[in-house]
Amino acid sequence: MSEYIEHDRNGISVGHVEKKFYTFAQPPDEMVLESGARLGPVTIAYETYGTLNADKTNVILIVHALSGDSHVAGYYGEDDAKPGWWEVMVGPGKGIDTNKYFVICSNILGSCMGSTGPGSIDPKTNRPYGLDFPLVTIGDMVKAQKALMDHIGIKKVLSVVGGSIGGMQVLEWCVRYPEMVVSAIPLATTTRHSALAIAFNEVARQAIMADPNWKGGNYYGGPKPNTGLAVARMIGHITYLSDESMMHKFGRRLQGKDCFSFNFDADFQVESYLHYQGIKFVERFDANAFLYITKAADYYDLPNQHNSGSAVKAFSKAQAKFLVISFTSDWLYPTYQSRAMIQAMKKSGLDVSFCEIEAEWGHDAFLLPSERLTSLLKGFLERVYCDESNKRHAL
Amino acid sequence: MNQTKGMRFDLQVIASWIRSGSKVLDLGCGEGDLLHYLEENKRVVGTGIEQSESKVAHCIERGLSVLQGDINQELFDYPDQSFDYVILSRTLQQVYEPAELIRSLLRVGKKGIVTFPNFSHWRVRLQLLATGYAPVTRQLPYEWYDTPNIRVITLKDFRKFSRDVGFQILKMVAINSDFDNAAGHVIKFMPNLRATYGIFLIGKDK
Repeated sequence: MSEYIEHDRNGISVGHVEKKFYTFAQPPDEMVLESGARLGPVTIAYETYGTLNADKTNVILIVHALSGDSHVAGYYGEDDAKPGWWEVMVGPGKGIDTNKYFVICSNILGSCMGSTGPGSIDPKTNRPYGLDFPLVTIGDMVKAQKALMDHIGIKKVLSVVGGSIGGMQVLEWCVRYPEMVVSAIPLATTTRHSALAIAFNEVARQAIMADPNWKGGNYYGGPKPNTGLAVARMIGHITYLSDESMMHKFGRRLQGKDCFSFNFDADFQVESYLHYQGIKFVERFDANAFLYITKAADYYDLPNQHNSGSAVKAFSKAQAKFLVISFTSDWLYPTYQSRAMIQAMKKSGLDVSFCEIEAEWGHDAFLLPSERLTSLLKGFLERVYCDESNKRHAL
Repeated sequence: MNQTKGMRFDLQVIASWIRSGSKVLDLGCGEGDLLHYLEENKRVVGTGIEQSESKVAHCIERGLSVLQGDINQELFDYPDQSFDYVILSRTLQQVYEPAELIRSLLRVGKKGIVTFPNFSHWRVRLQLLATGYAPVTRQLPYEWYDTPNIRVITLKDFRKFSRDVGFQILKMVAINSDFDNAAGHVIKFMPNLRATYGIFLIGKDK
């Protein structure tokens, strides 16, 4: 996902928020990963917004994508230049209304924004893990989120919401802990990567690993593989946009000049945009974390992980009410992949709604301000919330 | 039918046929008026299918379960007998393969409710006879070149269709109402000539 983080145009925000940490799986009770490897202790960074009601029935769990973090909305301090990554959607009166819901978002396992990942200190060596960090899967990320829910004392989640790799976690939640998930909103996502998606991820990983500073992942304390990571990010950015959006945003316009430079400097606006995105990314993201998370996404295969290749069987474990959303110009996770997912959900007898939003912004559309997306989420969540409270009153 | 005030007359008739607490699939549900009514008043578990993004969004915003897609394809995915009723309201005349659609409708649903504008209404007949132009009425408000209605069906035709395809007509009501109007009345005398719409409850052949 790209960054479009902006202050709310109307100045509405959850305001001051705080990043918290939860550490568990202390040796010898390490977390057993899908690969069989053991990992511990595990720290998960998380943030919460709004107020948990007395019967703990207003919980919304937001799960983030590749480069996201626990900072969904609001500000850490008064001089923060930018709010959280989904400020447009999460806040008082917004699509995910913090006046009404208690919102939780945690940084995924394997990332570098506060949760345990390849850049964390390995207690065995007192040095960063590097490639000694075991490969984690989407399932492992969700397991760690479940541990956090147990810690906060949440038994049921009104909705799990996320896009892209976050959407994979949404799906995983629904089949792994079906009794905990009342509803789910997977956005711009898929049950498994296409060869095309894996191919782009692999090229991005190769860019990192080809950087001489990468040094087999042992670059901590020395120069970082910034060139590799920046190129990886540039590749990512191409897949997040669309032909149409790039045409509108850049066309063939030149950057700060009227004619070609006749050398290999960035001439076109699209080039300098990609360079800028790459440079900005290396300031905040760890190259190894990028390798681990993209690999987890490539490995994800809901039909195969949850029953012999059948998405129908996999979804038959789920109980949640679904709202699936795709975007017309998303060619990384195109609508046909959402449709395949919905087909399996219907065959499993699940209650599913689906809307394909007309958007020119490619895969990134799920992060951009969209009245349609906002009102869809708002209406759907409201209904789920009402149904749940009616159910409770009927008891 | 007092509480149905405001809803299109044909939808009021359909609503009166549906048992409380049943599972309903509405093909081409539009903005979800019928589903909304059925959920509010008959505790129905409803699902809609609709092609237009804005209509789908409107439905989901008001809390309905609706899928954006083509009715033929979407119907295909449901297991047998998933619904008590499958509704096809004012859409049959736009379907490319009506027989196939009716068959899958009765595979997915225990019963079907099908409505369509009656092409043998006297006004339609008279227009063609008197003017020689393809008829344009309030119920069929299109020119021949921009109409989505690729099928010309009469109430009699549908009865013949039921015998040809092999399904049962369990109930039929002919009504006279305007395109979007809540007002209307049931036609008992010479319906094929006087009704603007036909509403049929259908089931599998025994």
